[in-house]
Amino acid sequence: MNVSQIVQLLQSAVVFGTVIMFGAMGEILTEKSGNLNLGVPGIMYLGGFAGLAASFFYEFGNPDPNPVVCLIISFVAAFLAAALGGLIYSFLTITLRANQNVTGLTLTIFGGGLANFFGGSLNTMAGGVGQISVAVSSATYRTTIPGLASLTIDDFPIGSLLFGYGFMVFLAIITAVAMHFFLNRTRAGLNLRSVGENPATADAAGINVTRYKYLATCVGAGISGMGGLYYTMDYIKGTWANDGTIEALGWLAVALVIFATWRPLNAIWGSYLFGLLYWMYLYIPGLNRSTMELFKMLPYVVTIIVLITTSLRKKREDQPPAALGIPYFREER
Amino acid sequence: MELTSAIELRGITKRFGKKVIANDHISMEIRRGEILSLLGENGSGKTTLMNMLSGIYYPDEGEILVNGNPVTIASPKDAFACGIGMIHQHFKLVDVFTAAENIVLGLETEGKLDLKAAAAKIREISDKYGFVIDPNKKVYDMSVSEKQTVEIVKVLYRGADILILDEPTAVLTPQETDRLFDVMRNMKADGKAMVIITHKLHEVMDVSDRVAVLRKGKYIGDVATCDTDPQKLTDMMVGRATTLNIDRPEPKNTVPRLEVKDLTIYDALGVKRLDSVSFTAMGGEILGIAGIAGSGQKELLEAVAGLQTAEKGASILYRAMGQEDNAVELVGKDPLQIKRAGVALAFVPEDRLGMGLVGTLGMTGNMLLRSYRKGHGFFTNRKEPEQLAKTVKEELEVVTPSVNFPVRRLSGGNVQKVLVGREIAQDPSVLMTAYAVRGLDINTSYTIYNLLTEQKMKGVAVVYVGEDLDVLLELCDRILVLCGGQVSGIVDARTTTKEEVGLLMTKFKKEGAEE
Repeated sequence: MNVSQIVQLLQSAVVFGTVIMFGAMGEILTEKSGNLNLGVPGIMYLGGFAGLAASFFYEFGNPDPNPVVCLIISFVAAFLAAALGGLIYSFLTITLRANQNVTGLTLTIFGGGLANFFGGSLNTMAGGVGQISVAVSSATYRTTIPGLASLTIDDFPIGSLLFGYGFMVFLAIITAVAMHFFLNRTRAGLNLRSVGENPATADAAGINVTRYKYLATCVGAGISGMGGLYYTMDYIKGTWANDGTIEALGWLAVALVIFATWRPLNAIWGSYLFGLLYWMYLYIPGLNRSTMELFKMLPYVVTIIVLITTSLRKKREDQPPAALGIPYFREER
Repeated sequence: MELTSAIELRGITKRFGKKVIANDHISMEIRRGEILSLLGENGSGKTTLMNMLSGIYYPDEGEILVNGNPVTIASPKDAFACGIGMIHQHFKLVDVFTAAENIVLGLETEGKLDLKAAAAKIREISDKYGFVIDPNKKVYDMSVSEKQTVEIVKVLYRGADILILDEPTAVLTPQETDRLFDVMRNMKADGKAMVIITHKLHEVMDVSDRVAVLRKGKYIGDVATCDTDPQKLTDMMVGRATTLNIDRPEPKNTVPRLEVKDLTIYDALGVKRLDSVSFTAMGGEILGIAGIAGSGQKELLEAVAGLQTAEKGASILYRAMGQEDNAVELVGKDPLQIKRAGVALAFVPEDRLGMGLVGTLGMTGNMLLRSYRKGHGFFTNRKEPEQLAKTVKEELEVVTPSVNFPVRRLSGGNVQKVLVGREIAQDPSVLMTAYAVRGLDINTSYTIYNLLTEQKMKGVAVVYVGEDLDVLLELCDRILVLCGGQVSGIVDARTTTKEEVGLLMTKFKKEGAEE
């Protein structure tokens, strides 16, 4: 492997890592409230599709779309659509106390189906080559920091490796750091963690358990949805593809939550590692179609290994929130 | 110091459902600078009453006055606002949090979370009253006593000056109990109002200034601790024996069916639950087991059923009906092995829908649980269980739309009839029941009593774990009293009194097991 191949691999890792990081970050917030939302892939679909559709209607209604408006519209639409997915999940699991696993899986199927169906419709509406493209929005998302991105040191493209990405790559890192701060240094974060660990205790301490669960799940879903938005706007450049990549990355995000032992800061490097493992097979020489598949398993194998080691070590801080997956209701006698 | 009223309760009533009255027009007073013992048997409504002060329950009737002003306490937050803090029997702590994090949890103060300042304030409180606490220690690393300290500091941190402790000593060693009492006296001297819910008479005498007694949801009265003694308190607590008129034929042809020797059990946390328990249950009699909840009743029955691991040296010998010479050792066997050894042991556990029955299955499915291994083929035989289900339904008058209707949706009484019916149908030689009539109405209770007596007359050894002393005294032939995992006495139910059993139940540990 030469230098340019290595840089290419690392860049691919960062791009896919960012998709996974958003998904995982939202899921960490959700799981900290005790809700195990397996709907992450579906929510990422919803976010990606809603952002794309919003941009599409704006760009096609305006002969001269404003990049900033493109950005805001698609960003807000993606967040809201994904949060709406979280709201459906919250209503079913918190208010109606439906089984969390079943609800989450259903949401994944629902989000994927809905987004792919309407994504196809958008392609048809766009006419032409049968592929929509929101060029202005996508270009906005892919704008890099001028100057920094083209920096080189001794011909090594350090600038493009560190800074050659759209703003959402950095937003993901900021989100992770902010979430770490929120969970560990703020009162609301402490309250949220207590809800996920021991809702009865939180309730007795005067914390509104239902409100925390709803908020964490909806905001978490919104953050997860950003992963889908980044994927559609940046990686596939404002088009729609029915190839199921979002779903694959969504499941990786769920796995990453476990890998990161529910810590946002671990999720940063963990997501890049997952991105690296995801693309590894392209850079290992001599692989054929079947051996390639073996390498695609790597992220999941690593997750299983982490699960085994954390379970064996039994360190309490590395365990999932104690009340994860368990609906809470005040006991009546 | 002059005693001023902290809380006044006027005519507080709390019902659960239509039938159960947990508190019946209770009026009482809690004073500052005083430790009040709230005394009563299990189910007398002590905890329910105090839960209304801490905002867990809301009274159906009556008025609560704090410092002379009527207040509404609808949530734990309201209770904090009134300065009321309750230390629950089951700690409400987050295991992966530190002491300090647990203590500040849910507090809505301005600014960011400052755990250092919190730790400083916690140390200040600890020094003032003599607690020992490390604010940065994780709860999962703490002993039970440390956790309790965190709970107490938690309410003090919130500025509570009325403290309610629900059976705080139930989980403590005698030394820890003494330390807790010292702290309580310090807080009393500081002018705080303290309530300790307990049924241990010596602790009442030791720590409190005044005793208020509840019995069956009613307020019996209060006395100054210096003017009373354990005997008088027991009288107030259990009241005069009421007559239930349960048919109790004399036992005949009694032979040993179950001989338990030196049974010692430790739980998962290493706490001794049973301490060299020895007794013999005779065929043809009902052996009652009395004791305060958690004195080892559950462990005892489960040990016989093969669900607990006994310490070395224990022995449980079983003799089937008609084969009295052939004793089978039950220790070291799991339930399946016990069954394969031909032991006809019926067990009606306390947790009916958890351990006894499968809630989502119908009567047939639940009967099948006992017989599904019998068939030879690949398919289960549903005919016999269905026949049995129909018989049980008819004979015990189980009210259910069909034998395939999920038992979870039946009433408590009907659920119990299904369970008891199934267990009796196996023709057991030993029948063990735990709280067989808990939550049942009076008619169903009598059905159960009659069934048990019927089994006794067949020569079965019936073990009846109960909580209502009146019933134990009228139903059983002998009563074994457990106290802290030890047998504190075995008495003849026909000659003993409620007072005697009550005293055995709360006997001082230091007196030893035998008198």
